[in-house]
Amino acid sequence: MSALPPRIHLARGTGRAAQYLALLCYLVFLAFPLLWLISTSFKSPQELGRIDPTWIPQHPSLDNFREAFEAQPLARSALNSLIVAGSATLISVAIAVPAAYILVRYRSKVSSAATGWVLVSQMFPFVLVIIPLFLLLKNVHLINSLSGLIIVYVVWNLPFSLWMLQGYVKAVPVSLEEAAAMDGASRFRTLRSVVLPLLTPGLVATLMFSFVTAWNEFFFALVLLKSPENQTMSVILTRFLGAEGVADLGPLAAASVLATIPSLLFFALLQRRLAGGMLAGAVKG
Amino acid sequence: MKRVLPAALATLLATTLLTSCAGGEGDDSGTVTLDYYSLAWQKESVAANKALVARWNKTHKAVKVRYVQGSWDNVHDQLLTSFEGGEAPDIIHDDASDLTDFAYGGYLADLSKLLPGELRSDIPRTSWDSTTMNGGKVYGVPFLQEPRVIIANKKLLERSGARIPTAGKPWTWDEFEKVSRRLTRPGKRFGTVWTMKEPVKQSVNLSLSTGGKVFTKKRTDDGTKNAVRFDRADSAVSRLINRQVNKDRTAPRSGLGMGGSDALPGFFAGKYATVPLNFSFRQQVQQQAPDGFEWTVLPMPRGEGPGQNAQGVVPQTLSVAQESEHKQAAADFIAYMSRPEHMAELAKGDWILPTGKKALKDPEINKKKDGWRTGVATAKTLRPSPALGVRGYAEWSDKIATPAFQRYYNGDTSHTALSDSLVHDGNLILNRYQR
Repeated sequence: MSALPPRIHLARGTGRAAQYLALLCYLVFLAFPLLWLISTSFKSPQELGRIDPTWIPQHPSLDNFREAFEAQPLARSALNSLIVAGSATLISVAIAVPAAYILVRYRSKVSSAATGWVLVSQMFPFVLVIIPLFLLLKNVHLINSLSGLIIVYVVWNLPFSLWMLQGYVKAVPVSLEEAAAMDGASRFRTLRSVVLPLLTPGLVATLMFSFVTAWNEFFFALVLLKSPENQTMSVILTRFLGAEGVADLGPLAAASVLATIPSLLFFALLQRRLAGGMLAGAVKG
Repeated sequence: MKRVLPAALATLLATTLLTSCAGGEGDDSGTVTLDYYSLAWQKESVAANKALVARWNKTHKAVKVRYVQGSWDNVHDQLLTSFEGGEAPDIIHDDASDLTDFAYGGYLADLSKLLPGELRSDIPRTSWDSTTMNGGKVYGVPFLQEPRVIIANKKLLERSGARIPTAGKPWTWDEFEKVSRRLTRPGKRFGTVWTMKEPVKQSVNLSLSTGGKVFTKKRTDDGTKNAVRFDRADSAVSRLINRQVNKDRTAPRSGLGMGGSDALPGFFAGKYATVPLNFSFRQQVQQQAPDGFEWTVLPMPRGEGPGQNAQGVVPQTLSVAQESEHKQAAADFIAYMSRPEHMAELAKGDWILPTGKKALKDPEINKKKDGWRTGVATAKTLRPSPALGVRGYAEWSDKIATPAFQRYYNGDTSHTALSDSLVHDGNLILNRYQR
């Protein structure tokens, strides 16, 4: 390294600096909406009405948060969202893991058709399915219940989870499973003790995707949950909007900030496990 | 992770099941429970609604009401799904523009024989017209309404030397154009700003102020037939807006994409001297105006001719679902909410006007502060929006009128092209609904 001429050193340094600068710009671009939301949530109505908005609130206050909590049952709705998103995520992943494994390892015409059908099911828009779904859930008395919404989210998340996990299962070398079989492990044991640990990054990515999708979902929750005590966070947020798009901006921003916290925490807790490379060196050749 | 996942799964499922089982609407005592779907959203208005529901529940043992919070943002989709699924709330808060499709779809009950005479006579005929259709059936009680007003920077207006209009003697549109020119300082300030995020409603409703109405009604053997018309009187205000934005430059083009709230920072900063807005925006102005900023509420301008002092409004309504098993009880609750003192409470909470004649006399609603009195004085000029009761209006508005008006106000198309599009393409749509 030290043998390189200074000009090459300089060029590499400049290139690296440009990379970091581009990364920084991208991060700012990504973070801008969240930072602006946080800034807005601490501003007074007067400051929100200024023509020259400021990044840092001049007189930061928690009034918007207090008002948001007073106006709507935020804690209750956050708990509902957590229950629904958490349950739907865990169930859909619990179903998707063995399903993906079977679809990848037992290739047949049936598995190909099943994979294709799963993909086709993703093409139906919400609006098309909502009324039949509503009637279906009504017949089994699952309207206005969190259980009903969990089932809907599981069904809605499952295809994508399945597709996502199939890719990760394919990446697990079959020779590892053969080695486990040689040692006398059953199929289930192989899945549990060999494949599953190697799927961790894929599992985490799927968990994150499913959780965030269910946490943010609005339309099904709006239509299927009637009682205020059952409503989820995404539905409650629209209570800060009036006719013709008028918004109670400060409390809306405060409630929205609170609504993003669980997703951020979820990411923070799981993102370390997203790192790949667990398979490095597992097999030779 | 291996151990955490199953444990978390079990905990969440158990919690879910417990939560799901916690609900329950059954009542063996014979008490009827009605769902009241309310769209109140301002803090004061929600509180007023909840207080009235609590008072009702305290004084009515046989019929209880459960408050269900809805949202203006998605009311149509939510109600439509509920109607289709047979799970609609008993009492529905909405606005009259939504009632047409729901009424003709058979989802709403006819209230004409269920409401007390006192309520029928307290609300003016013009307001009842907005919810009466399908051969004289009444599909809702129009209980709140919101006119459009001009909110003006008081100092700039006084300094300009322009005549200050009153509800009794509003500006004519011609005067408004002239005042806008006087208030404009090129490069520094615009006389007004037209916030046209929803251009169709404004264009149609304000057409009444120049003797227009955009939609004609014709009685035929098959019932009432509507058609689109866009003659001189119908288009006078639209042409004025186009002139102000594209010729006089007394209104900024950037305002055309704005909603009402978006214009307020510029208004407070003195960039716009006046802003035509819905009456309820006064609350935002009052909350957000910087210290020392003086503002005043003026009536909308009128046309030159006799009787041209009107504007269209879409009242908020209370309706009963056709599928409700307790229509009379639901209508009784609506009558309770529409009592003059209650109607006034609800109007104050939302910073809008009640429709009832007695509620309009409430002293708080008649105070001078925050422009309340101007609004009350405007009430007698309010008429049902010409769009109400027109089948196919929503499709016409979304597919034809919105893009056509946007192009016209932006100066991208001529008045003739706008008119052709609204009338020719529009009538094709309306005819489809009226076959």
